Amino acid sequence: MSQTKVSYKPSDEVDFLIVGSGAAGGVLAKELSTNGFRVVVLEQGPYLTEADFIHDELKVFGQHLLTNNPKVQPTTFRQTPQEKARVQQSVMYGRCVGGSSVHFTANFWRFHEIDFVERSKVGEIPGTGLVDWPIRYADLEPYYTKVEWEIGVSGLAGASPFDPPRSKPYPMPPLPVKGSGVIFERAARKLGYHPFPAPMAILSQPRAGRSACVNCGFCLGFGCEVGAKSTALSSVIRMAEKTGRCEIRPNCYVRKIVTDKNGRATGVLYFDAKKNQHLQRAKAVVVCANGAETPRLLLLSASNQFPNGLANSSGLVGKYLMPNCAAIAYGVFDEPLNDYKGFAVSRVFHDFYEMDTQKLGIYGGGGLDARFDLTPIGFATGALPPGTPRWGKDFKKALNRNFTRTMQIFCHGSSLPVESNSFSLDPDVKDAWGLPALRMTYQDSPNDLKLVTWMKDRAMEILDAAGAKDKWHQPISSQQFAVHLLGTCRMGADAKSSVINPDHRTHDVPNLFLCDGSSLVTSGRGQPTMTIQALAYRAADRITALAKQGNLPG
Amino acid sequence: MVAAAQHAHQAAASKQSFEVLTPEQAKEVAAIAARIIPTDELPGATEAGVVYFIDRALKTFASDVLPQYQSGLVDVHRATEQMFPGVNSFSAATPEQQDKVLTELSATQFPQTGSRRRNQAPAASGFLQTIWYHTVCGFLIDPEGGGNRDFVGWKVIGRDPAHSFSPPFGYYDKDYPGWQPLPAETDKK
Repeated sequence: MSQTKVSYKPSDEVDFLIVGSGAAGGVLAKELSTNGFRVVVLEQGPYLTEADFIHDELKVFGQHLLTNNPKVQPTTFRQTPQEKARVQQSVMYGRCVGGSSVHFTANFWRFHEIDFVERSKVGEIPGTGLVDWPIRYADLEPYYTKVEWEIGVSGLAGASPFDPPRSKPYPMPPLPVKGSGVIFERAARKLGYHPFPAPMAILSQPRAGRSACVNCGFCLGFGCEVGAKSTALSSVIRMAEKTGRCEIRPNCYVRKIVTDKNGRATGVLYFDAKKNQHLQRAKAVVVCANGAETPRLLLLSASNQFPNGLANSSGLVGKYLMPNCAAIAYGVFDEPLNDYKGFAVSRVFHDFYEMDTQKLGIYGGGGLDARFDLTPIGFATGALPPGTPRWGKDFKKALNRNFTRTMQIFCHGSSLPVESNSFSLDPDVKDAWGLPALRMTYQDSPNDLKLVTWMKDRAMEILDAAGAKDKWHQPISSQQFAVHLLGTCRMGADAKSSVINPDHRTHDVPNLFLCDGSSLVTSGRGQPTMTIQALAYRAADRITALAKQGNLPG
Repeated sequence: MVAAAQHAHQAAASKQSFEVLTPEQAKEVAAIAARIIPTDELPGATEAGVVYFIDRALKTFASDVLPQYQSGLVDVHRATEQMFPGVNSFSAATPEQQDKVLTELSATQFPQTGSRRRNQAPAASGFLQTIWYHTVCGFLIDPEGGGNRDFVGWKVIGRDPAHSFSPPFGYYDKDYPGWQPLPAETDKK
């Protein structure tokens, strides 16, 4: 394999330059190189592999082994555009080859038809910019199936009565049930809900030279040491490299997309690991840097020709941030679940995927899952019942009793798109490269707070029905920290009200494409990666067709 | 106390020394950690080697909080002397006296337990909050991270140190018959 690895010089004009090697960038790299194009992928983080993935919680979380490090990349936060933002870690994303898919939970729900046409169904929602997608579920269905089969998703087709239609079953059976899944399934059924085995991007069986999950228990937040988690790294990145036409170049921090006098992209300017700058030339540029860094890069690429940032004639670059709403309930049971073993989630239900807006006055919807996603330090510092002594023998007793007996019910939900919720450049704070820091402006809409509170109440009822000995939930307040970075360069048919067209091409720059969480028009019900990857497969088809028609670079 | 003495003996035998803390500071740090996670019928911070983890942390990823440790230890010392005249260090106090000192100081300084959404370190503030976090980390970190000696912390919380597991994992899934669809008539949709 190593003899087929290719490398290009910055002065080589490659066919496609992809910024970001995560869920979307990895898929586009694989597809475009497979289709015969010469591809360079610039990744700001390091190229780590399975051998580098450790169980050291402090290195992983405290020292940001796999994610953006606020010490060198500070972010700022404010709730409303009237405030001055303060330095505060407001986003977390994967900063390594494979991006956030390396550390994600691996919940892999498809979006449903409602996610694409909600505006038509519910009408205008005042204070929001809810619109329909320019594409429908049926447009993405073949690509959802392709994701499942190509990267490897475990699940049981037809198990949820709410599932959208599918053209093919899952390529492998669900992962084993966990204690949390059994407790949840029994209680949820008692209450009339329809729990089913969670679709997960984790292998339940060996596949394509990769191991099945060994249930090590260091999953959410960690890289998978056996390659069983179906990350961009363990799947499409390697396929891309095998084509011999794709170079993955790590430790490259892109600072600007360069355009010529005709307003076409000619390449990107980036810092290497030693902070030396290079210009990588390319016939077309595809930005897959995530819903925070993609708009930031466009804004950083402002020029005389594009004073408000590149591809920003609509003024919507960075706007309509949707982080999904979430609530977590905790239950403690009499006997050991030992839910620390294994992946996070084994059961979920979608009975609330479409809220009864007429009856409840709540828009959107969500899903509830049973999980335990905490590792020992995270558990001890964040998941003991409120009021537990903080030190001494009773603290220790609680650790001893609860670690094996605790489970969580995680409520995931939609976010409504609100224009002032956004990413922009901070006017004062700079990162370690001297570039303006990412500024997040965000306030949950009253509807989203209502939705998440309502779902939390249902989660508490389930814990009651399950006979939890002790139960509580996280306080609900407007979010100040986002990991689902969605909607910030939305897709649409009209150049005035969107940033990219349905081919993922920016309305303003004909050889500049964007594909990642920023492309989403609505937020789904909480689990976006599956849809981001389906969009990436579809985008690769569209971009390939355009290139073959000679419709791309001049 | 027996365990602590044994531990001190073992440390001496393995000639493990401190890189940042003075022997006097190390003694105080170890004494505070031993009250945060005390030794009873199960091992505590002492047996997990938390003080060595903290010393290493102050040399590496937590080097920026060394001044906080230095001044914090002085504060603890002062509080001990004020509350128990004649006791000239925290480590020389009885466990009951030590708990009283920590209760007094922790009223404002220990972090709240309870829930946080993500696995994130609590925002740094007072010394006791810092040493509390470091003690928990040194007790429960995967030993490859330099604490949790011989997995004693994981023994306390009931985490098997194995690297892979097979189902059933616990009590509730052991008799699970496998997922079954609901009977059609109860299906609403």
